[in-house]
Parts: sequence; C-alpha cells; structure tokens
Amino acid sequence: MTDTATGPAPDNTLSDAAPAGPVLAADGRPLKVSLNRALRAQKLRALMLIAPLLLFIIVTFVAPIADMLFRSVENQIVSETFPRTVMALDEWDSEGLPDEDLYAALTYDFVEAVERREHTRVGSRLNYETTGLSSMFRRSGRDVGDVGETYADQFIALNPAWEEPATWINLLASQDWTGNQADWSAARAAALAEGNDYPRREPQFQLAIETRLLLPETADAYRSFAQTIAEEDDESATQEQPWNSVYLALYRDLMRTDAATIAAYDGPGAAMLAAADAVVDGFETVDLQALYAEMDEGWVEMPIWETMEAFSDPYTAGYFLAAVDLQLTPDGITAQPENQRVYILLFQRTMFMSLTIMGMCILLGYPIAFLLSNLPMRSSNLLLILVLLPFWTSLLVRTSAWKVLLQQEGVINDILVWIGLVADNDRLALINNQLGTIIAMTHILLPFMILPLYSVMKTIPPTYVRAAKSLGATNWTAFWRVYFPQSIPGIGAGCILVFILSIGYYITPELVGGRTGTFISNRIAFHISTSLNWGLAAALGSILLALVMALYWLYDRIVGIDNVKLG
Amino acid sequence: MNKLPPYATLGQRIWFYSFRVICGLIFFFLIAPIITIIPLSFNAENFFTFTPGMLALDPEAYSLRHYQDFFTSPDWQQAMWNSVRIAPVATFLSVTLGTLAAIGLSQSHVPFKGLIMAILISPMIVPLIISAAGMYFFYSRIGLQGTYWGVVLAHAALGIPFVIITVTATLVGFDRSLTRAAASLGANPVTTFFRVQMPLILPGVISGGLFAFITSFDEVVVVLFVGSAGQKTLPWQMFIGLREQISPTILAVATILVIISIMLLTVVEILRRRSERLRGLSPG
Repeated sequence: MTDTATGPAPDNTLSDAAPAGPVLAADGRPLKVSLNRALRAQKLRALMLIAPLLLFIIVTFVAPIADMLFRSVENQIVSETFPRTVMALDEWDSEGLPDEDLYAALTYDFVEAVERREHTRVGSRLNYETTGLSSMFRRSGRDVGDVGETYADQFIALNPAWEEPATWINLLASQDWTGNQADWSAARAAALAEGNDYPRREPQFQLAIETRLLLPETADAYRSFAQTIAEEDDESATQEQPWNSVYLALYRDLMRTDAATIAAYDGPGAAMLAAADAVVDGFETVDLQALYAEMDEGWVEMPIWETMEAFSDPYTAGYFLAAVDLQLTPDGITAQPENQRVYILLFQRTMFMSLTIMGMCILLGYPIAFLLSNLPMRSSNLLLILVLLPFWTSLLVRTSAWKVLLQQEGVINDILVWIGLVADNDRLALINNQLGTIIAMTHILLPFMILPLYSVMKTIPPTYVRAAKSLGATNWTAFWRVYFPQSIPGIGAGCILVFILSIGYYITPELVGGRTGTFISNRIAFHISTSLNWGLAAALGSILLALVMALYWLYDRIVGIDNVKLG
Repeated sequence: MNKLPPYATLGQRIWFYSFRVICGLIFFFLIAPIITIIPLSFNAENFFTFTPGMLALDPEAYSLRHYQDFFTSPDWQQAMWNSVRIAPVATFLSVTLGTLAAIGLSQSHVPFKGLIMAILISPMIVPLIISAAGMYFFYSRIGLQGTYWGVVLAHAALGIPFVIITVTATLVGFDRSLTRAAASLGANPVTTFFRVQMPLILPGVISGGLFAFITSFDEVVVVLFVGSAGQKTLPWQMFIGLREQISPTILAVATILVIISIMLLTVVEILRRRSERLRGLSPG
C-alpha cells in the first residue's frame, strides 16, 4: 500500500490524491491515527470494565495489606507521647545517666500522658523490647503528678495568688484567647440559663508571645496543661490550678534567666514574677533524679534510657529484628537471649512441615493422577468425584473429621486396639502434635496436588511410552526416562500450590497441632488477639508474605497465573 | 493401564494389581474421614466413636438427638442465620464485579494485563492469616471492623479470584464474532451482553459464583478477626466448638455441610460438562 500501487483498486483516488502521504482512513484521517484512536477506545472500554473491581480490591484487600506492612515499621507512639523527652534524649551522650533537664522534660511529658491515659500504651510498647518497663510506667504514673509539689508549695507560700488560675491566665494566655474565652463562656452561660445545651468547645488555648519568650519551659508546660484538661476532661484553665509540673517549670525558668531580664519584663503579672525571682535562689530544691528513683529504681538505671533512645525514631526495624530473633541494643544489633529465640525455630518448623506435607502430597497424589489420566474418560470422571468431594467439603468439616478419628478414644485407635496392634492402655498419640497436623493437612491439600498433576498428565501422549518400550526399555525405564520428565511441570505446579497454601495455614494447625504442630500463622494470630503486639504480628506477617510472593512469582513464571484451573 | 494385556508377565500382573490396591487405599484416605463422620453423627451417645450398639446395627444406638440439638440451640441457629445472611451478599458482589472485570480482561490490548491479573488473583494466594491481619488493622481504622458490611466486603474480596478464573476460562472459548454479528444486526452493547454473551458464559459465571459462595460460607479465619460476636458464622461456631469443648453436634453440622458440598459439586460438574459439550470437547 505505497505510492507504487497503481492497480484499479477503488482507493486509487485517495492514493492518487496524496501519492507520497500516509495511508488515509475513510474519514480522511491517516490510517495510523485512526487505528490508534480505535485501539485507545478499546483499551479505555476494557479498563472501564476492570476499574470497579480493581478499585474494590484495592480498598478491601490491597490497602489492608499495605497497612499491615506499614505497621511492621511504624513506631510513632514513643515520639508522639513523649516528644520533649525524645528531643532531650537526642542531646544525651548515652554515657551515664541523663541530667536534670531530661528528667524535667520527662516530667512534662509524663504528666500529660497520664492525663491522656497514654502512658500505659508507651509502657507496653517499650516492654516488648525491655521487660519490666510496662509495670514501671504504670506504677510511676500514679506518683508523677507529685513531681514539682515542693516548688508549688513554696511559690504559694510566697504569694497565695500563685494558686489562683487567674494569675496564670493573666501571665501566660494571649489577649486574643482571653477575649475569645470570655465570649465563649458568656455565650455558654446564656445558653445554659435557657436550659439549652452548648455543644461548642472552649477555644484552644494560646500563649502570650512575650512570656513565651521569657519563660519558655513554663509556657510550654502550661499550654500542655491547658490543652490537655480542655480536651480530656472538658475543663477550663481559667478554673483550674495548674499541675505541679508547671511550678517546676517556673522554678527552672527563673533559676536559668538572669534577674535583669525578668526585671525588664513589664507585661501582666510582672510584679509577682519579679518578687518570686528575687527569692527563688533561696528555695528548697529537689533532686528530680532521686524523686524518680523513689518511684521506681528503673528510672535511674540505663536500660530505660537506652530503650527509649533506640525506639524514639518514628520508624523502626525493631519488629523485624524481633521476628528473626534479633534485638536492637545500644551496641547495635545482637541476638536475643537464648531462651527467647522462638521465631527462627518456628519459621524452620513451618518450612519443614510444609515440605513434609508437600512430599506426602506428591507421594499420594502422583499415583492417583497417573491412574486418572490413564483410565477411560468415563471411569476417570467418576473417580475424579472422589478427589473433588474433599476439595468441596468445608475445611472445618475435614478438620473435625480428623479430630474425631485421631483422638486417643477415636476411631483409628479403637480399630488398632481391636486388631491388637496397640495395647488398650498404650494408645497412640496421633493428635495435638506434628503428626496430627501433617496427616490432616496432607488430606486437606491433596486435591491441590492431584488436580494440576492430572491436567498435565492428561496431555502426555501414551505413544511415547509405547515407543520407548518398543525400543526395548523396561517398564521402569520407560516410566522414569520418558513419562516422568513430561509430568514434571505438573509436579512443579502442584508443589508450589501446596507449599504456598500450607505455609500460611492457620485453622488446622490450631485445632490439631497442639503445642508442637503449630505454624508461624498461629503465632501471628496470637500476637494480634492475645498479646496485642501488633507490630510484631505485622512484621512476622510481612516476612511470610514476602516468602509467599516469591513463590507466587515463581508459580506465575512456571505455570502462568491465568492457567490455574479449578475443578 | 486400562486392561491387563493377555501376554503380561507375572511381575506385571502383580504390579498391576498392587498399583490398583495402592490407589484404592489413597482414595480411601481421601474419602473415609468424610464418610465416617456421617454415621457417627447419628450416635445416640455423646461419644466420638462407634459404640458396640452401633456396630451391631442396633436401632437403639442411633438417634437424631444431635440434629435436634443443632436445630434448637440458639447459638447454632444464630450462626446458621449469619452465614446465610453473609455468603449470598458477598457472592453477589464478587460475581457482578468479577464478571465485568473478566470480560474487560479478556479483550485484546488491555494495558498492564499481567499486573492487573496478579492483583486480582492475589486474595487467593496471600495466606488467609495475613489477609485477616491486614483487614483487621485497616478495617478498625475505617470503622468497618466488627460490622456486617466489613465481613461481607472481606468475603467478597476473597471470592473474586475464583470468579475471575472461571469466567476468563469460559471466555477463552467464547466466539467474538457472535458479538460482532449482534452489533451488525443493530443490538447495542448492553443488549448484546445480556442476550448473546451472558447466556453463553453463564455456566462459567455460575460455577465462579458457587466457588465464591463456598469460599465465604466456609471461611473462618477472616471472619474471626474482622467480625465480632454479632457476625458469628457457622464455621466460626464450629471452630469454637472444636477448640473448646467438642460436642457431637459438630458432627451433625458437618454432615449437613457435606450434603451441601455434594449438592454444589453436582451442580458445578453438570455445568462443566455442559460447557465442555458446548465447546465440542469430548463428553464425560
């Protein structure tokens, strides 16, 4: 179809009109463009048909998996709940105990966390890494409110106005906020007087800029106090005396700042502040470290600080390390103590048992597939029903059948006793161990081996074996050298399928595996629903997922995912 | 293999028969556990083994009390009702979305076909415990955890690969010129789909739907995590029964489920043979 075409074809007019140009479609566009348009429309239509399902799968399935992967590295709880401590830890040299500044930062964070009831969550998170921290956080949570009480008493003794909420608001709240707050409480009082609800919350507390610069720690501690009580208890800073930690902050601010700077301040409350600053040097002091040591010795030992520092990043490899029996310590990555190494063993056991089950499935499935593919269609279809029936029967039905059969007082042991193979008082332990899991799972997964094997074997022409025999091969040689190599694709497909299915099994090992016959999945379920260590569950799940995905890829390469056949 | 030739040697004869015996034993291994529980479910006692009375075929030793238990216990009835409420809705979702997507996937020139296929099949490949964990975490974030719709959506996702696989397999044998013929006769795409394409691929759609149904109906791991006590399904109730205190009622339930499976299997087999016949493959 180039300009050399000169025959009497009907499109000659077109070719003649543009002898050197591209071939045109009926509507005058170049054929290539027209074809591309048609193709694009087709692609678009296909994608439109696929899109709803793809979206559905992404929301209901892919997003959950992604969420799990995210959870396996996520670690924001420490840095979100103890932000000041984490920042102070950044400057800590990891040698010897931290200084008073860090204990002060800890106090501000801790008091707020207790008020928000979040300290126990941090405690349990850190407890995964260093045992004992959970109870330490819980216990100290009851006493931490008293830290700074000494200073509160002394400030109040100096001038009772330090006890008044108004003093603090006057000193620290911004003008805007005070105004908004007054409007809000007036509106609320009016609504309540009429017997109506007033659902709007108090405006969020804001600091005055001057005092924030002058007394940074106090301002920060006071804002934490004002916002927390508003959010957690619906209380207003205008009505409440600040926490003891705010007095601690004020003491520390006044001690740090020189008298001239304080004296230069002339905003609200300047006189009170100057008066306090004049005598603050003479205040009775407390040693924060000693105070914390009184609450729990753990606060003046190294592990808590090392653990907190190691897990202060918002993302951590800690769960993954724990999932392979390693741990993150200040000296780098080390092995878990001997008695806590369970996961490598569990992965090994899962692998070993899956391989055993796979081997059993080949051993039992191969003869069946061979028989089915060599029988005439009518009888093989009939026998295939015997394979498909277990395949269609509920997993729990099959598991309960095995549970009933394999029990000590079950049918199999009864028969063995009746035959006389086993003494009545010495019945075999067939269940709640590895043997039970292997028997039940071989039975459950056997159809997944037989069906792919059968579909491959059906296509092997019988003439090859006959040819081999006619050339003098023995039955065995003909089978082993001619038939078997042709059935290998089926074995590969069946093996991968059975292996993939078995390493992720949960129900059957849970019910018949006892203590020694459980898989990694059972541990994942345990961490989700019992120990609540979701990060570790997610990390174990991610490792298992990676393993399965690698096998899935292999399966796709060997068999092709669209070649999966069901029934 | 089919018949022993008359000239077979003694060794061949022995091998021929012993191979059949071996295969017979393996078939026995496959079927016996399922068959055994059926008579056991009629046990008059609370035992899990054949009582002497049962072996002597004494009518006294058999009873329907475990079935009566099942039909009168509120726990089991609630579980049954939940299963019946969840599985069909999940199946409907998988079948409608899955069939549309399978039709889209079977067209030529689909971009990223391999990737899309891999994503759509993945719920079947990813271990259930991982799907369950991920769904538990994610559905609690978006407030679906412990709700009826959470379970339905999760089960629909799990059933989709089966629909995709069976429907695409049916579409491989679908003659595209039929849709072109319908279009040339003036049918619009919707009419073509419902009057021409759908009747031809219906067997594939139905068997995909049955797979999706049985997936949801038998599923226990995901519902265990995504559901709450209000969504307790039959398999869940069985799981609890098996883990805690195993009662013979479970065997009665199991027998009923086996009968349901046999019915479903029969339907699928009939459909498969019909579609093979339609495609001109050798009849069974």
